[in-house]
Amino acid sequence: MSGEVKKVTVFIMGQKYEVPEGFTILNAIEYAGYQLKRGVGCREGFCGACATVYKLPGDYKLRGGLACQTVVQEGMYIAQIPFTPAQKATYDLNELKPDVTTFQKLYPEAFRCLGCNACSKVCPQEIKVMDYIQAIMRGDIALAADLSFDCIMCGLCAMRCPAEMAQYNIALLARRLYGKYMMPKPEFLEKRLKEIEEGKFDKEIEKLMKMDRESLAKKYSERDINFEIT
Amino acid sequence: MPYPESMRESLKMVEKTRAKRVELAKSGKPVVPPLTLEEREELLKKFHPDYQPDAEKIIRVGPNKGEKMTAQVVDLLESHSRINPDEIDLSSVDFDVDVLIIGGGGAGCMAAIWAMKEGAEKILISTKLRLGDANSMMSQGGMQAAVNPHDSPAIHYLDVMGGGHFDNKPELVKALVMDAPFIVKFLMELGVMWDRLPDGHLQTKPGGGTSRRRMLSCRDYTGAEIMRVLRDEVRNHPDKITVLEYSPAIELLLDDKGQVAGAILMQTETGEYIVVRAKSTIIATGGFGRLHIKGFPTTNHYGATADGLVMAYRAGAKLLYMDSVQYHPTGAVYPEQIWGFLITEKVRGLGGQPVNRLGELFVFPLEPRDVEAASFIKECAEGRGVKTPTGRVGIWLDSPVIEILNGPGTIEKQLPAMLRQFHRFGIDIRKEPMLVYPTLHYQNGGIEIDEWGRTSLPNLFVAGEASGGVHGRNRLMGNSVLDYNVYGRRTGIKAAENARKVKLGKLTLEHVRKYEDELKEAGIKTKRIAPILFPDYRNFEIIKKHRKFFDPFVGFALTGWQE
Ligand SMILES: Cc1cc2nc3c(=O)[nH]c(=O)nc-3n(C[C@H](O)[C@H](O)[C@H](O)COP(=O)(O)OP(=O)(O)OC[C@H]3O[C@@H](n4cnc5c(N)ncnc54)[C@H](O)[C@@H]3O)c2cc1C
Ligand code: SF4
Ligand code: SF4
Repeated sequence: MSGEVKKVTVFIMGQKYEVPEGFTILNAIEYAGYQLKRGVGCREGFCGACATVYKLPGDYKLRGGLACQTVVQEGMYIAQIPFTPAQKATYDLNELKPDVTTFQKLYPEAFRCLGCNACSKVCPQEIKVMDYIQAIMRGDIALAADLSFDCIMCGLCAMRCPAEMAQYNIALLARRLYGKYMMPKPEFLEKRLKEIEEGKFDKEIEKLMKMDRESLAKKYSERDINFEIT
Repeated sequence: MPYPESMRESLKMVEKTRAKRVELAKSGKPVVPPLTLEEREELLKKFHPDYQPDAEKIIRVGPNKGEKMTAQVVDLLESHSRINPDEIDLSSVDFDVDVLIIGGGGAGCMAAIWAMKEGAEKILISTKLRLGDANSMMSQGGMQAAVNPHDSPAIHYLDVMGGGHFDNKPELVKALVMDAPFIVKFLMELGVMWDRLPDGHLQTKPGGGTSRRRMLSCRDYTGAEIMRVLRDEVRNHPDKITVLEYSPAIELLLDDKGQVAGAILMQTETGEYIVVRAKSTIIATGGFGRLHIKGFPTTNHYGATADGLVMAYRAGAKLLYMDSVQYHPTGAVYPEQIWGFLITEKVRGLGGQPVNRLGELFVFPLEPRDVEAASFIKECAEGRGVKTPTGRVGIWLDSPVIEILNGPGTIEKQLPAMLRQFHRFGIDIRKEPMLVYPTLHYQNGGIEIDEWGRTSLPNLFVAGEASGGVHGRNRLMGNSVLDYNVYGRRTGIKAAENARKVKLGKLTLEHVRKYEDELKEAGIKTKRIAPILFPDYRNFEIIKKHRKFFDPFVGFALTGWQE
């Protein structure tokens, strides 16, 4: 960047720092001198390790975001959430039924939802968290699986929930039930597995494995490319 | 941060050529003819970073002594241990287990699940950050498996070999492609939501270097979907699987018979050492993106520092193809905040087109990764790239084409993560292209394994990105998610089997002393210590003022080391 980089003032765990404008919260924390050992993960918005809460000047609201995806603002007060204690049921998926009774048993707290929507408001993925919890309460597992799909399990919703549930673990169970029991079965997959078991491809692969580099390269160059949907 | 004025002129040219390019794509033929093997070779030699004269050097110690490797890998391996063997009391063992798994990513979790299925009762996962904070969480594009009638494991085999420049170990590739459909089913039964066509058939897309539609996906959160399911399954068995987070392994343990016998862990926050004795040890520590080889940014997670390589190498395991690095062609270049982040290959799988500053197509969009990346570097080197205000260069990846080809709403449905990523910074990829340049992505080589993930050292197994041989010198998209599942499972099974037979002797760190002697003999003077565990992104200018020693490669992780 040419010339002097503009700085903004932020407060990291109460300490004041000047950091370059346009930095993410994560960059700012590191710029301030921290080598992170926690509260950092993929750094690209996929793992939910860097959940952070912050306040802006003159605003009473406690906001949430991912440190790696949120750009610093003047006067921001920042605290990372190192860990979210959350209940997670243990289960054998094979023994579960894909219906509301499963949730009543494993996550009874889901049914305490007050409909306050604090969870949806804080979600950095802009997921309709309350809606998926309410879908689960109605037994609409398909909808809950769909709505919650982009959840990165950052824990922010759980930290805000007055009903004290860990929405993301509940949603994960909904998706696993949906994926296992409710999605249409791919018929051809079974056939393919049988073909493999019966050794249908063994000879061909053995032959390829024995080929020298040159003939294999030739075969590779000559292979047909076919992107049709079958 | 919408595109600034300085980039708008080029954007206009991209818009101008779009209709014609769409026509071309609709014709069903490749929009640019794919390169021949000879043309690929020439392009790579001229423009791929691996082929540059300063890319490699010769390693002077250890099992691969005398071989050429990527320079930064050599630096990492020619280093001191984090521990002084004399200071560690091995007589008190903190965990005595059947199977120790080092690394809680995809390979690690899969291995734990299968070791348990095979009857291991005491399984310990040591991981650096949280369970699942791993490259496995990040894959967006998908996983390959021959699940279409006009495809087969044999065709998959040929694609893998060709992509890897025929350097792959054949028996490893066979296991990879033959197990693939089973892995799809196994994950489905754990509840992974594979994308489907309305009739239930698995949805597949082409990927770079595939000759069929073979890429399975879960929207563009494929890795996250699989990883969170595997993690959940691991957590469903606290009676058999113990997870130690923030406790990376820093050195392997051997016994007096020369067998691998566990590891020393270090709690990163308290600094406490943890001694683990294990009958079988699986290294599943993933890749090396955070070494920032040749100064490239990376797509990898924060803990991707090749720790497993260092530990295994010191203990005497051989490495394979450590002269080859995968640069993903499409790393983000603008806005600055997401520099180096991955733009999934699925964008091109769905029809997205790379075009230069003038809006021209210049390469077949789905060449193998190394070839595609080299062609981008060439385009920029020859002045047909686009400059950002911070001085970076890239080429356009025209995503709006996708919506024209596949109908409006495709991007929202198929690429929600990408859409969100750019939307956060004020760019709508349904309407405007993304600016991209190659980014450090994948460790093609690694610790040499056989088709069950066994190494040359007794009781030591390796699975996933840390291993070498499966992908030769260039991995194709979708084969490493497959790899960690196939070899996670295979090592889990063998590790459990092995644990039933093994008798361990007395624990020792003699190999660490020996390696230290070797360094001395080779005349290697260095302050580096490894595994480095974390990269260091602190503001060096501020911190370095009272420090004597600073190494831009590993930052300050080294202060205090006495030679
Ligand atoms: C952004 C991105 C996108 C990708 N997209 C695709 C794709 O679409 N398709 C595809 O096939 N592949 C893709 N890949 C590659 C693929 O995701 C990885 O190669 C694969 O997940 C590696 O799995 P793994 O279990 O071997 O390693 P990882 O998932 O990285 O897990 C390694 C684990 O080990 C831990 N660890 C590291 N060091 C230590 C230590 N010393 N002690 C203890 N634990 C340690 C790490 O913290 C981590 O948890 C992508 C990779 C990235 C980064
Ligand atoms: S649903 Fe909750 S855990 Fe998931 S991403 Fe949103 S806030 Fe985070
Ligand atoms: S925060 Fe809790 S109580 Fe409020 S809507 Fe969300 S789930 Fe319901």
